[in-house]
Amino acid sequence: MKLRSWFLLPTWVWMAALFTAPFAIVLGYSFLTRGILGGIEAPWTIESYQRLFDPLYLTVLLRSFAMALTSTALCLVFAFPAALFISRAVRYKNLYLQLVMLPFWTSFLVRTYAWIFLLRDTGLINTALQATGLIHSPLPLLYNNGAVLLGLVYGYLPFMVLPIYATLERLDPALVEAAADLGARPITTVFHVIVPLSKPGIVAGSILVFIPCLGAYLTPDLLGGGRTVLVGNLVQNQFTSARDWPFGSAVSILLMALVTVLLWALLRCESEPLA
Amino acid sequence: MGPILELRKLVKHFPGQQAVNGISLSIPQGSFFSLLGPSGCGKTTTLRLIAGFEQPTQGDVLLNGEIVNDRKPYERNVSTVFQSYALFPHLTARENIEFGLKRHGIGDVDRRVREVLEFVSLTGKETRKPAQLSGGEKQRVALARSLVLQPDVLLLDEPLAALDPKLRKQMRVELKAMQRRAGITFLLVTHDQEEALSMSDQLAVMNEGRIEQVGSPEDVYLRPQSPFVAGFLGSVNWIGGIGIRPEATRVARPADGGAEKRSPGQVTGSIFLGDCVQVLVRLASGEDVVAQVARSAAGFEPGDAVHICWHDTDEMSFS
Repeated sequence: MKLRSWFLLPTWVWMAALFTAPFAIVLGYSFLTRGILGGIEAPWTIESYQRLFDPLYLTVLLRSFAMALTSTALCLVFAFPAALFISRAVRYKNLYLQLVMLPFWTSFLVRTYAWIFLLRDTGLINTALQATGLIHSPLPLLYNNGAVLLGLVYGYLPFMVLPIYATLERLDPALVEAAADLGARPITTVFHVIVPLSKPGIVAGSILVFIPCLGAYLTPDLLGGGRTVLVGNLVQNQFTSARDWPFGSAVSILLMALVTVLLWALLRCESEPLA
Repeated sequence: MGPILELRKLVKHFPGQQAVNGISLSIPQGSFFSLLGPSGCGKTTTLRLIAGFEQPTQGDVLLNGEIVNDRKPYERNVSTVFQSYALFPHLTARENIEFGLKRHGIGDVDRRVREVLEFVSLTGKETRKPAQLSGGEKQRVALARSLVLQPDVLLLDEPLAALDPKLRKQMRVELKAMQRRAGITFLLVTHDQEEALSMSDQLAVMNEGRIEQVGSPEDVYLRPQSPFVAGFLGSVNWIGGIGIRPEATRVARPADGGAEKRSPGQVTGSIFLGDCVQVLVRLASGEDVVAQVARSAAGFEPGDAVHICWHDTDEMSFS
């Protein structure tokens, strides 16, 4: 065997031990019967999958999709102008990039708790607003869908900025000049030239934001206060308080299947010849 | 009629360098004008100042007699054919051509596009994306995209540099013909003296941010006003401080008569170029000269004692 083929060995071992094996276990669990104190028991059954069609769970799934889509859309709206600004910056480009990545220097959990301290009734925002006399009772900023959305957009924004920045950075500046030369005002150039040509970055960023948002459980748990049940929290609950491992596994498999189908469809329409 | 484009004492500084160093030019309506110079001489910066991609540090750009310094590129009625063509890769040839028409809100798009496609001989390729076009076809799309807007001046930045040599020579003829038929003023930037000489009505030779000489191709080639212009436009033999073009230099046997000026020397070699032969001669004064002569007039062997002859009308001298 050529030396080069060995380079992939660590990856194969890693993927087999930490992806394929756990996936096989989850898949197996999803077809077994729930144990009385958690865990799994014989016999094989598809009961867990039948339960997925309960309107209760379909609602959770739909809500998660809506939340993930909204987060992705908001991230795009905030990230695109920022990425464009950074890519066109003459000075301080590296500083701006560092600022985008700055949040990664602290743990996600710590940053999410920081939001709680900002948003809660006795938090910084409400205290400040009350001190100025603008409001008399605290605004309900925490433990609702809005707080979850805020947390998700905040948490995943860099994953949208960076891929878009990478494509904009490679964009031939002559194309922007050509657009102006042909009579396009800057805003027209953005929508007719820059946005279409940064499609690969937009697609990559959207995938990087949408998938983790769809399975998010930490943010909805902490900022939603358990009131916003998303599919991630549903899975978590099945393995902890509900002690229904087969059903939790079935939900996981369904989520994975949906993401795979979506990705496949997206990559198919992306592979159309562009340039 | 006044000039369509005028530059007045145009200066452009970049941090640490002066790219354009006080250029004044006047370009007549409907002419084919070239800016010729080595890379880094400021010719492309001059073009970018005219297009509006750069702002002048000093001086003015006038289009149709109006100062346009403060106008954005999309507010100037000039159009650029970029060296890389800068075609929009996500749009078809046709959509590339329509782009400017739509931005300017010009009607009758179908007819204009059909006409310009015919004008640049590109009919039938309109649904292709740039990646599916050859280099020559891309260039035609770039030309069509600009020409369809009927600009006051068409700016061409080294438009032939990316083509292979054979196609380049063919496109020279075509570009010139297109300019004549369209009646649009062309301003071409090039470092290729053959290109500038063969296409231009007038050309300006640039060096280090300044214009060395402006004139017709014959003027500039035959009556250069500086050693730089003489040397940049073609080869020069320097004989006693006087410049003579190789093709104006003749080699003769010492016994041959003739009324020309002559200088004795010895053949050191010859180079066969196909259509002609270059005879290399070392003069008695020690200067090396090249005589470009017809194949039939080139029966010289290294070591032959010869005379280098020329007419005094072919002399180029600079004081």
